[in-house]
Amino acid sequence: MKLSRRDALAALAGVGSASLAGCSGDGSASLPVDSLVALAETLYPSAASGHREFVETYVDGRTRGRPAEREALAETVADLNGVAREWYDSRLPELSRADRDSLLHEVGVETAAPRRDGTLAERVRRVVDDLLYAFYTSPTGGELVGTSNPPGYPGGTASYHEGR
Amino acid sequence: MSRAPSGRADLLVVGAGPAGSLVAREAAAAGHDVVVLDAGPRFDDEDRTERMAAHLRPDEGSPWPRDPERDGYTTGGRPYPLAASRVKGVGGSTLAWHGMAPRLRERDFELRSRHGVAVDWPLSYADLRPWYARAERALGVAGAADGAEGPPREEPYPMPAFPPSASDRILAEGAEAVGLSTRTAPNARNSESYDGDAACVGYGTCRPVCPSGAKYTAERTVAAAEAAGARVVDRAPVRRLRVDGDRVTGARYTTPAGEHVQEAREVVLAAGGVETPRLLLLSATGDHPDGLANSSGAVGRYFHDHLFAGVGGRVDRETRQHHVGFHTTESHAVYDEADPVVGIKLEFLNDAGPTPVGVALSDGSWGDELADRVREAYGGHLAVGALVEQLPDPSNRVRLDPETVDDAGDPVPRVEWSLDSRTRRGIERANELQRRVLEAVDADPTWTVDAETTGPAAHQMGTTRMGADPAESVVDPDCRAHDLQNLWVAGSSVFPTGGAMNPTLTIAALALRLGSRLADRLSGERD
Repeated sequence: MKLSRRDALAALAGVGSASLAGCSGDGSASLPVDSLVALAETLYPSAASGHREFVETYVDGRTRGRPAEREALAETVADLNGVAREWYDSRLPELSRADRDSLLHEVGVETAAPRRDGTLAERVRRVVDDLLYAFYTSPTGGELVGTSNPPGYPGGTASYHEGR
Repeated sequence: MSRAPSGRADLLVVGAGPAGSLVAREAAAAGHDVVVLDAGPRFDDEDRTERMAAHLRPDEGSPWPRDPERDGYTTGGRPYPLAASRVKGVGGSTLAWHGMAPRLRERDFELRSRHGVAVDWPLSYADLRPWYARAERALGVAGAADGAEGPPREEPYPMPAFPPSASDRILAEGAEAVGLSTRTAPNARNSESYDGDAACVGYGTCRPVCPSGAKYTAERTVAAAEAAGARVVDRAPVRRLRVDGDRVTGARYTTPAGEHVQEAREVVLAAGGVETPRLLLLSATGDHPDGLANSSGAVGRYFHDHLFAGVGGRVDRETRQHHVGFHTTESHAVYDEADPVVGIKLEFLNDAGPTPVGVALSDGSWGDELADRVREAYGGHLAVGALVEQLPDPSNRVRLDPETVDDAGDPVPRVEWSLDSRTRRGIERANELQRRVLEAVDADPTWTVDAETTGPAAHQMGTTRMGADPAESVVDPDCRAHDLQNLWVAGSSVFPTGGAMNPTLTIAALALRLGSRLADRLSGERD
């Protein structure tokens, strides 16, 4: 199922970030979009597609007007790419999906708690959780696990009483 | 904003939750000078969605800030989770409430007469009935008069009901199979645009936060009170009431900038079932050595709550849980029975099982493995909950704990609370019915909240009970303290008994009744 800009805007609405028009950034640290898209391709189920538009829209909106947040995100991704280069000789966008998955495991993300100023594993976990939050509160993410109106998405008051 | 006192007010209200704000609105609308003091802050509307996001992320705690220095407490007997049971701030606990808004039933006012237990209210359902109708309009209640077994209504609900959910229809089959009637659950939530506020858009997180504003919170009433001229001061905890003879002259309160005294002709306490008795006890004087309004010794006693009972299971059918965050069907079928004597309201849950995002952020994995786990964890849940009545018992009480003090050096409240055999029997009966309903639709029960694992429903009641006899109650049937000429109490602390219904609509009905009478009194039309 294809993730859309509408999915990203829905996810953004669910975290209280301002709605977007244009999504061209605000002049603060540039976003490592390619790496974040590569990360999302690993984090989201293989049945999902349309990662670039979704991630770009969501992350830009999520960090818009919050330069410290944007900077922390860029730094975490840069550090993860540094480890990827060291261990796999490539940055995230150039790695296979399987290698990205292995990298995340090897860094310790699976068991880390999210922390902004923590270890690399904890900082990456925070980025991972934010991308997972976006996906599982979006209509398309919800549909992939059995609900058209996941909590956090204002999907109206019809779907709860439909079906059988 | 200035938190300095106004000149002597016509009416001082302590607490800006639903009870206090409704009283304030009534008096202010009648042209009286009204000051409302609330211990907590005023929360910004703009932060609502971020609060929801915090709620949806596991381990982030309550989205409503707590202040353990200001709000310390201790417990005795069964632990009572007070911090998790209330919100301090403008709007009070309606900021976090579920929004269920049923009336009490006729039986709830007549427990002594009908069953020889507890006490009767000094009011009947018929006395409160017109105020219930006004309360439903004030809160904006969506409902349908479809219950065959009453209680009687005089007019339709202000808004059409939310239709029964997909899981309601499954559970209704089970209820019918075991002979339980069902009815629409009344919701203080907009099923359509109401009085300038938008209809529900299905965020699914009503409890503890509604980002759309479709769920009633007392912030709406505060806004109406302010529009009518009331002055509402936040971050202004009242520390003591001041008394001269049999009259309260005002209240001493603190602010981030200092200490003040607000004087007033009439004073209403609306600080909830714990802080209202605590303030009365803290305000003891030489003439009132056991606390204000406490010649009966009942202040703080008869503390009771509703107990939650529930059974959940799974079926191999689509149950559409968590699409919305409120109930749409309930059953009063056994509510009026004599055995057990306590009331039981059954509720069909629409939020059984985990949320997808909750699973996703707590599992640790990602990719297809995570999606499979989320899908498996999310689907097919069904659950029947219940509120079970607890009868008032004088040994269940709120008292002052001199061993522990708050940020102002005052003793914190100590909640001493336990469960009696009647309540346990009610929980067992609820569990039995819940299991039978689930088994009738081939759902194997997978979890039970029983008499051992139960917890309170955050409905603190009874601690300034209403009654006609000054020797046995704190306030009279008008909610005025027996001992003081101008001190009144609004809120569930005046309930002599609490039935098994969520209390807020009854709180609102009593507050509107009190507000109207105070407005008349201040206008010189009474007394």
